[in-house]
Amino acid sequence: MENDVIDIDIEKMMLTANGPMNLAVRTTIPSGELIALFGESGSGKTTLLRILAGLVSPDKGSIKFRNTVWFDSGKQINIAPQQRNVSLMFQDFALFPNMTVEQNIQFAQPERDNTSVNELLDNFGLTEFRKRKPNGLSGGQKQRVALARALARKPQLLLLDEPLSALDAEMRHALQDEIAKAHSLSGVTTLMVSHDLNEVFRLASQVICIENGVITRNGKPEAVFSDNSISGKVQITGQIARIEKQDTIYVVTVTSGNNQIIKVIAFENDLENLKIGDRVMVFSKAFNPIISRLK
Amino acid sequence: MDPQFAQTLWLTLKLAVSTTVILILIGLPFAYWLAYTKVRIKPLIEALVSMPMVLPPSVIGYYMLVIYSPRNWFGQWLDRFFDVRLAFSFEGVLIASVIFSLPFMIQPLHNGLRALPESFREASYTLGKSKLITFFRVLLPNIKPSVITAVALTFAHSIGEFGIVLMVGGNMPGETRVASIAIYDEVQALNFEAANQYALILFLISLALLTTIYSVNKKYDTWKMM
Repeated sequence: MENDVIDIDIEKMMLTANGPMNLAVRTTIPSGELIALFGESGSGKTTLLRILAGLVSPDKGSIKFRNTVWFDSGKQINIAPQQRNVSLMFQDFALFPNMTVEQNIQFAQPERDNTSVNELLDNFGLTEFRKRKPNGLSGGQKQRVALARALARKPQLLLLDEPLSALDAEMRHALQDEIAKAHSLSGVTTLMVSHDLNEVFRLASQVICIENGVITRNGKPEAVFSDNSISGKVQITGQIARIEKQDTIYVVTVTSGNNQIIKVIAFENDLENLKIGDRVMVFSKAFNPIISRLK
Repeated sequence: MDPQFAQTLWLTLKLAVSTTVILILIGLPFAYWLAYTKVRIKPLIEALVSMPMVLPPSVIGYYMLVIYSPRNWFGQWLDRFFDVRLAFSFEGVLIASVIFSLPFMIQPLHNGLRALPESFREASYTLGKSKLITFFRVLLPNIKPSVITAVALTFAHSIGEFGIVLMVGGNMPGETRVASIAIYDEVQALNFEAANQYALILFLISLALLTTIYSVNKKYDTWKMM
């Protein structure tokens, strides 16, 4: 398809905590979108990002970015990370402690351009911290510097490795806006690793689910995470945190993004294929929920 | 000042400075290679680098003498083609001193590089920077305390060198007679006053160097916050 920028068809044997696992990914990434890579930890999401950045080499297969071949095991092509024009935002942000906020951003620029440094500082609310070193910044500020630096590279592809995992819920929420802003400012194709459903729904136009090294689902978040055959009007997705038996019924506690806790009554046969840690959807018919204005 | 005293101190300083300069030039690329290499014999190379820390200086000095000897191929080759004899010369002592101080340069640099998060290098590469630029602008500035430690330890260690200089260089005034040898020599001759002067100077230089290392490292922790 014309809109697709990246063709991925790779395999890589990985050693994980649960033994060896074969990462086998075959997909295309559309241009200009923000796509979430969703899955359990250890499913191969981060490795896939690192493979795209050129930091890890697949065992076999090929990666094509537009008309450029980045990797081809058959033809022995493996373009170095420096030549791929990709920005990877690391989980630990990898800001250079010897440089100030401003210097970190300048370092990433292909050519020195102070106007665009000022723009980035301004856009991410960093102007007042420009002369500070990263170690004196809070987690949220570091994340913004890392994002600004990743964009300063003017990448063709932006890779975000769990960009918000180190932050608390409130900070997460604020910084999801920053990511949305960064994406709309640059229009760059963005791939974001996440295991936060809320984040995926809020930011991504497409989600790719990876389980044990293979893509299990791929599509719009609503389509991937909701079963459309249910005519529910209120849908909340979350994870089962606790199952308690009370007389003949069970109380199931489900946690959802932003630390929301929902208790649901269930019967024994409802629970047949449910266990703690399962991803579930809680839904209700249209006539049931009561709506009230928030003060 | 007694000219012989001055000459000995000057020679000591020359040996220590030359050793340190040569070692920083060899040590930086070598420590970088060692920190990131995946060759299988890495433990063997690390062990060889560290050997001078466990072997008596006389053992290394002995082997150096054997290598330098014109009876063996290396000494013979030097003698024939360059008319150079390394045994009992300043150059010979300098080479031995470089080898002997190698671990004091390599180990702090190697540890400093290994302690940096892998993501620093990777981030710099993905930001389009070459290995050379990454080394000089990202890695080296962030291991400053290790560099200072390595330089100061190497310098202090070469100033205090005794056994290996005695084995390889002997005690030739103006050529191989450094302060540590002079102390031994003066004590043997019962010149305790001269021995005391040398000893005090070595003591003070070493104390000053080590104090510098510790205060710089302490300050660096504060700098990082600013």
